[in-house]
Amino acid sequence: MTRLSTLFQHNRTSQRKTLAAFITAGDPTPEATLTLMHALVSAGADIIELGVPFSDPAADGSIIQAAGERALRNGTNMQTVLSTVALFRKTDNVTPVVLMGYLNPIEIMGYDVFAQQAAKVGVDGVITVDMPPEEGEALVHALKSNDLDSIFLLAPTTAPERIKSICDIASGFVYYVSLKGVTGSASLNTTEVAERLSMVREYTDLPVGVGFGIRDANSAKQVATEADAVVVGSAIVQRIAENLEDVDAAVICVSEFVTELRQAIDSVKWSE
Amino acid sequence: MSTMSSNQETEVAENYSLFPDQRGHFGPYGGTFIAETLMEPVRELQRTYLHYAQDQDFVKEFDWELKHYVGRPSPMYHAERWSKQLGGAQIFLKREDLNHTGAHKINNTVGQVLLASKMGKKRVIAETGAGQHGVATATVAAKLGLDCVVYMGAKDIQRQSMNVYRMRLLGAEVIPVTSGSGTLKDALNDAMRDWAANVDSTFYVIGTVAGPHPYPMMVRDFNSIIGREAREQVLELHGQLPNTLIACVGGGSNAMGLFYPFLNDKNVGMYGVEAAGKGISSGEHAAPLCAGKPGVLHGNRTYLLENDDGQIIEPHSISAGLDYPGVGPEHAWLKDTGRVNYVPITDHEALNAFHDLTRMEGIIPALESSHALAYATQLAPTMAPEKVIVVNLSGRGDKDINTVAAIEGIQV
Repeated sequence: MTRLSTLFQHNRTSQRKTLAAFITAGDPTPEATLTLMHALVSAGADIIELGVPFSDPAADGSIIQAAGERALRNGTNMQTVLSTVALFRKTDNVTPVVLMGYLNPIEIMGYDVFAQQAAKVGVDGVITVDMPPEEGEALVHALKSNDLDSIFLLAPTTAPERIKSICDIASGFVYYVSLKGVTGSASLNTTEVAERLSMVREYTDLPVGVGFGIRDANSAKQVATEADAVVVGSAIVQRIAENLEDVDAAVICVSEFVTELRQAIDSVKWSE
Repeated sequence: MSTMSSNQETEVAENYSLFPDQRGHFGPYGGTFIAETLMEPVRELQRTYLHYAQDQDFVKEFDWELKHYVGRPSPMYHAERWSKQLGGAQIFLKREDLNHTGAHKINNTVGQVLLASKMGKKRVIAETGAGQHGVATATVAAKLGLDCVVYMGAKDIQRQSMNVYRMRLLGAEVIPVTSGSGTLKDALNDAMRDWAANVDSTFYVIGTVAGPHPYPMMVRDFNSIIGREAREQVLELHGQLPNTLIACVGGGSNAMGLFYPFLNDKNVGMYGVEAAGKGISSGEHAAPLCAGKPGVLHGNRTYLLENDDGQIIEPHSISAGLDYPGVGPEHAWLKDTGRVNYVPITDHEALNAFHDLTRMEGIIPALESSHALAYATQLAPTMAPEKVIVVNLSGRGDKDINTVAAIEGIQV
C-alpha cells in the first residue's frame, strides 16, 4: 500500500474528506517550507502538495508565479526540494507528499534518476502540469517502477473519451481542475463541478480531488460535498506572501486558515 | 531484404516533407506539452487546420489575400553591387521586407486569423517581442473585425514604443507583461494563461514555428510561400536552383518558410543564423541550437537556453525578434539530422551588415535579417562568382533606427 492509497482508504472508512494543501517549495526559504509542511499537517491537511518552482509557469496564476519567483531567487532547485522532503520524512512518515510542477526540471535530471531520487526521499506522487498522457509514457513508466503515483489533471474542457484514457493510466488520485483558467482564478461554478465529477466517476474508481479557485472555507465546503479531496493552493500561498518577513506569523496565519478549511469540510455529510 | 528495408527507411528519413508525424513530432522534438485545459482547444485546432489545409476554397482565399493584401509575390533582388564588393557568390535577397507591415510575419497572421474567423472565434490573442508579430496580428484582426489582445513584455514595450502605438492605432489592446523577466517568453506564458481562461471565445495566434502541435507545422506552412516563390524566381533568373540559403533564426519562422520547399533538394545548402549576442562564450546570447540543450518549454520539446536545474535563461540579442530562449522544434530536428547548419552571428557583426547593405544597396534591413546578411558576408567570398546565395531579407529596418542610433550615441 502506498501512502496515498492508505490515506484514501482510511479516510473513506472514517468518512473524512481529504484536504490537500499546496505550497511552493522554497517560498520564502527551504527552512520555512519544512516548518510550514508540518504546520499544515497539524492544522488538518492530509496531503502536502509541494510546488517545484519553474521559470515559466504558464498554467499558474499570479500568486503562485510570484511564489515560484521568490523560491528561484533564493536558489531553490529540485535537489533542495527533495532534501526538504527527506527532512520532513524524519518526523512524518505518514502524510503523502506530492510534487507538482513542470516537466523541464525533471527532464534535465533524466526520468529514471528523478524517479529513483524522489522515491528514496519519500515522495509519493508527481503532477506534471505540462505533460499530458500522450507525451508521458516514459515518465509514467519511470515513476511506476519506483512505486510513485502519476497524478493527472482533468479539465472542464476534457472530452469524455479522454477522461477515460487519462484515468486508465493515472494512479493515486485524479485531479479535476474546477474551472477554465490558471491556478487561483476567481469564478468557481459548483453546480458544473458536480456534473463533471459524476461523469468522471463513471470512468474511474480512483479518488477525485478538485482544485483551482477554492479560496475560502465556504468554497471548500461546497466542493467537499462532491469531491473526495479538496485542493487549496493560491489562498494558502497568498497568506505566506503577506508574511514574508516573519515566518512565525506566516505559520500562524496559514495554520488558522487550514484549520478553518478542515472544519468546513468536516461539516460536510459523507454520502456514497 | 534487410538492405532494401534499410534503404526504404533512409528514403523516408530523407523525405523531409513527411514531418511532423501525426502527433506533431519531428524526431524527438515537437509534440504537445501543455496543460490539460488547453488540450481540447489544441486538438480542435489540429483537426480544423488539417481540414482547411486541404480545402481548395480556403487555400484560394489565403492566396488571394497574400497577393492583394500582403502584396505578394515579394521580389527576388540581385544585390549586384554588394556581391561584387564581397568578391564571391552572387547574393540574391528575398524581399520579405516589402510585404505589408514590413516583414514575413504577416504571411502567418493572414493564415491564422482567417482560420480563427472560419472557426467562429471573435477574439484573437498574440504574444510579441519587438512588436512585429503583434502588429501583423492586429492588422489582420482589424481587417476581419476581430477583437485583438497582444501580450508584450513591459521591457519590450519601453524599447518598442512605436510598434505599441501602431497596435493601438489598429484597435488592439496591448497588455504589459511584468511576470518573470518581462520579455517575450513571459508574454508567451501570459498568452497561454489568457487562452486557458478564454478557450471558448479565443484563438491564440502564435508568431513563430514553436508551441504545441499543430503550430510549428501550421506556421511553417503559411510561411512556406517564401520558399516556393524563391524557388521559382531563382530558377527563372538563374536557370538553376540556388546553391545556398541563409536565414536568421529566433523562433525560426522566416527560416522554415524559406527552407521547407528546398529540404529535399540535397544540393541546396542551408544556414540558419542564430543571434550570438555579445559572443557565445560570454553567455549573453540567444543561440539555443549553437549552445543550448534539449528540453521542454512552451508546448514543445526543442533546444533551449537553460541552466543545470532546467530553469530557462533569459537570452540576449541586439535584435528583439531573435531574443527568445527556445527555437522551433523542426529546426532542432534539422540540426540533429545535419540537413541545416546553424551558425552564430554577434550583435557587432549584425550591425556591420546592417550598415553595409544600407550603404551598398539602399536597403535598410531589420536587425534580425542583418544576422543572415552578416553570415552571407562570411560565406560569399569562399564561393565562386557563378554560385548563388539566397538570403531571406525577412523584415525592414525602420523599426530598428532608434536602436542603431542609440548605439552610436545619436538621439533621433
